[in-house]
Amino acid sequence: MPRFLAAQPDTRLITLPWATPLADWPAEHLVALPRGISRHVVRFVRVGTAVYAFKEVVEHLALHEYRLLRDLARLDTPSVDAVGVVTERVDHDGEPLDPILITRHLQFSLPYRSLFNRGVRQDTVNRLVDAMVVLVARLHLIGLFWGDVSLSNTLFRRDAGAFAAYLVDLETGELHDQLTDGQREHDLTIARTNLYGEFCDLEAGGLLDEALDPLVLVEAIENRYRELWNELTAVEEFNAGEMHRIESRVRRLNALGFDVAELDITTDFDGSTIRIQPKVVDAGHHSRRLIRLTGMDTEENQARRLLNDLDYYRARTDQQGADEAIVAHEWLTEQFEPILQSVPMELRAKLEPAELYHEMLEHRWFMSEQAGAEISMAEAALSYVNTVLRGLPDEEIAVSAMESTGPLANPFDPSQGFADDDSEKPYDPWEDEATEAEEEPAEAYLDIAALRAKAQK
Amino acid sequence: MATVSFKDATRVYPGADHPSVDKLNLEIGDGEFMVLVGPSGCGKSTSLRMLAGLEEINAGAIWIGERDVTDLPPKDRDIAMVFQNYALYPHMTVGDNMGFALKMAGVPKGERQQRVQEAAHLLGLEDYLNRKPKALSGGQRQRVAMGRAIVRSPQVFLMDEPLSNLDAKLRVSTRTQIAALQTRLGVTTVYVTHDQIEAMTMGDRVAVLKDGLLQQCDTPLTLYDAPNNLFVAGFIGSPAMNLIEGEVQSDGVHLGDYTVPVPRETLAKASDEKTLVLGIRPENFRLSDNPESREGIPIDIGVVEELGADAFIYGTLSGIAEDELISAQQIVARIHGATPPHRGESVRLLVDETHVHVFSKNNGLRISPELEHSTNV
Repeated sequence: MPRFLAAQPDTRLITLPWATPLADWPAEHLVALPRGISRHVVRFVRVGTAVYAFKEVVEHLALHEYRLLRDLARLDTPSVDAVGVVTERVDHDGEPLDPILITRHLQFSLPYRSLFNRGVRQDTVNRLVDAMVVLVARLHLIGLFWGDVSLSNTLFRRDAGAFAAYLVDLETGELHDQLTDGQREHDLTIARTNLYGEFCDLEAGGLLDEALDPLVLVEAIENRYRELWNELTAVEEFNAGEMHRIESRVRRLNALGFDVAELDITTDFDGSTIRIQPKVVDAGHHSRRLIRLTGMDTEENQARRLLNDLDYYRARTDQQGADEAIVAHEWLTEQFEPILQSVPMELRAKLEPAELYHEMLEHRWFMSEQAGAEISMAEAALSYVNTVLRGLPDEEIAVSAMESTGPLANPFDPSQGFADDDSEKPYDPWEDEATEAEEEPAEAYLDIAALRAKAQK
Repeated sequence: MATVSFKDATRVYPGADHPSVDKLNLEIGDGEFMVLVGPSGCGKSTSLRMLAGLEEINAGAIWIGERDVTDLPPKDRDIAMVFQNYALYPHMTVGDNMGFALKMAGVPKGERQQRVQEAAHLLGLEDYLNRKPKALSGGQRQRVAMGRAIVRSPQVFLMDEPLSNLDAKLRVSTRTQIAALQTRLGVTTVYVTHDQIEAMTMGDRVAVLKDGLLQQCDTPLTLYDAPNNLFVAGFIGSPAMNLIEGEVQSDGVHLGDYTVPVPRETLAKASDEKTLVLGIRPENFRLSDNPESREGIPIDIGVVEELGADAFIYGTLSGIAEDELISAQQIVARIHGATPPHRGESVRLLVDETHVHVFSKNNGLRISPELEHSTNV
C-alpha cells in the first residue's frame, strides 16, 4: 500500500491508480495543460474539481522538495503549494515505483510555452523577463539558492498588465540564512544557460517570434537582475547636505514593490558623509497595504492598480480627511464588489477578480479617451464584458493550445516534442552494455572483490 | 589538462560558528578522477564550489595547474560543471542540445560543429546528432548531458552528484560509463557524491570528508584496507565494518567470553586505554567448526540473508540480557558455504589477527595494523 505524507490530505487522492507508473496513467485522470519541459514524468491530474500536478521522482528529492516548498509557503514566497508525497508505491508485480510529489495546480497560471508564442509582443517578453528577475531576486533575498533557475520551473500569472512569476520546481533548492555572492552567481550562471537553451528550443520549434534573439534575452535578464539587486542591497554614500536621498531610496524601493524593514544608516567621523544600506527588504509593498486595508490578496501590480483606484475613489467622494481603512471598506463594498458581481457567472473563470477589475479600469480609460468625457465604471464594465471578456479563453485552468506548429508526441508531456516521424532508432552499442549491466544484481553491497581485481589490472 | 591543488582552503559561511571547509589540503593529479565523499554537511559540495569559483575562499588558496585561481571569477577558470539537473530541449537536435552553450559563448559555427562531432563520437551518439531527443533512453540522455560538458573541452570537470536523480539501475550503468569516459578523455575530474559505493567504484582516489575536515584521501583499496580512523572505517564498505568495543586484556581485547588476540606491541601503543575499538569487516569472519569450543566471538544469530554462494548473518554478542537486546550492537558477518547457520542458532566467529583493525576509543584514530602505503592526513 502506498503511504501518504500530507499536511492537508485530500481523501479523493487515495483511490488513484498508484500501482501504475505515472507515465502510463489512463487519460481519464489526466488534463492536458500547457507546461514547461521536465526530466521527470509530470502529469496534471484532475480529482473532482481540483487539479494537481504530479511528479514522479526519487524519494529523497521528493521529500526534500516537499519540505522546502512548505518552508517557502511559510516565508510567503511565490511558489506552488505542496500537497503531499506518496511513497512506498509498488506496481502489480510487486516492483517498487518512485514516489510522487503532489502540488496544487496554480490557478490562473500560464507556463512560458503558452506565452512566448509566435507574435508575442516585445513588450510582453520584457514583462515576463522582469517577473522572472523579481522572482529570482526575492528568492535570493530570503536566502534561497534555487540551483535550477529556468522558465520551465516557473509559472506566470497576469498582474495588471505585467506578470508575477511563481517558482514550481525546487529539487535542487537550498535554504540558507543568507546567500553568498558565489551562490547568487552560481544561480545566475545556471539561469543564463537554462534560459538560453529554452529560448533556443522555442526558436527551433518555430515558437519564438523572429524578432527576438535568445542571447539578447538572457543578457537582459542578467543585467536587470544586477540592477535590481543593486537597488535592493547596495551601499549609497552622500554628503550630509543630501539627506533627502534616504527618502528617495526608500521611495524607489517602494516603487519597485519592496518595503524597507531595516535601513542601516552610518555617518563618518565628523558627520559629513552618510552611508545607507537596506538590510532587510520585503517584497509586496503594495499587496501588503491592500491586504491590510481590504483583506484582498492580489499580485503586486494588481494591488498598486487597485490602490490607485481607491485613492481616486477617495478624492471623488471627497473623503481625503477620513480614515483610510474606513474609506477602503466603503470602496470595496460600494465600488469593487458590485462591479465584479455585474459580471455574468459563466464568464468569471476567464480572469482572476483583481485582474478583471484592472482590465475594466483600462477599458474605461480607453472609452473615456474616445468619448472625450468621463465614463462611469458601471458602463465601462458592461462594455468590457460584452466586447472583450466573452472572447477570451478561460484561464482559471488554461487549456489553451500550446506548441502551435504541430501536434505533440504526447499531449500530456511537452518534453517529448512534436509528433514527427523519427523512424527507426540507430544502433547504439552503449545501450547493449547498459542492458547487460542491468541484468547483474543491483549493487546494494560494495563489491570489494571486483575492486581488487580492477586494481590488479 | 591540469592538476588541482587545495592549499589550506577554508570556507566559513557568514554567521556560522565553524568552517564548512576547514584548511583543506588536497593535491589532485593531472587526469586523475578524484571523488569527494561524505555525509550531508561534510563540506564536499562546498569544496567543489570553491574550486568552481562559486564560493568565496576565506583563507588559503586553490590552484589549477600553474595558476592561482583563488580570486578568479568562475568563467576564467577553464572548468566545466556537470549538473545533476539537465533538461533536453525537445525541438532542438541532439547536436544542438550538446552545443548550445558554445553558441552562447560565441564559438564560431565550424568549430562548434567539430567539437560536437568529436564529443558525439566519444559518446557513441554520432548517429543521433541530427535527431530530436524525444526517443532517447535515460542513459542516452545522460550522455547528451555529459556531451554538453565535453564540448567545452575544459581543463577540469566538476560533477556535483550527477547521478542523484536517476533510478538505481540507470545509476549503476551510468557510473560505469562516466568512469570509462573519464579514463578515455583523461581530463582531471572532481566528483562529489554522498554514496560511498559510487565513490569507491569510480574514483582513482577518494577523499573522505566530515564536518568540513578531510579525514583521509587514498585509493579505494587503501581506504578499505587501512582506514585512518573510526569514521572512515564505518563510512567505507557496505555492509559496514563491525566496530566493537571491548576491554583490553594482556593478550588482546575481550568480546563476550572470548579474547580477540591483538599483538602486545599494538596494545602497548595505547597503554593508557582500558577499552579499545576493534574493526572487523564482515567478510573477514570465518565460522568456527566447533561452536562448543571457546574459540571465536560468540554470536546469537538474528537474521540470515542468503546471497548466492554467500550469506550474511546478523546477530548480537551471546549472553546479552533480553531487555538489552534491542539496543545491543548488531554484528554482521559474510559467510561462505552452501549451508549457512539458521536464525536463533549460536555460533562462534573467527578472525585472523591481520584482519583486526584496532582503533583508539579516546581519539578514534587507527592504532594498527599499519599499512606502508597508507597516506596519513
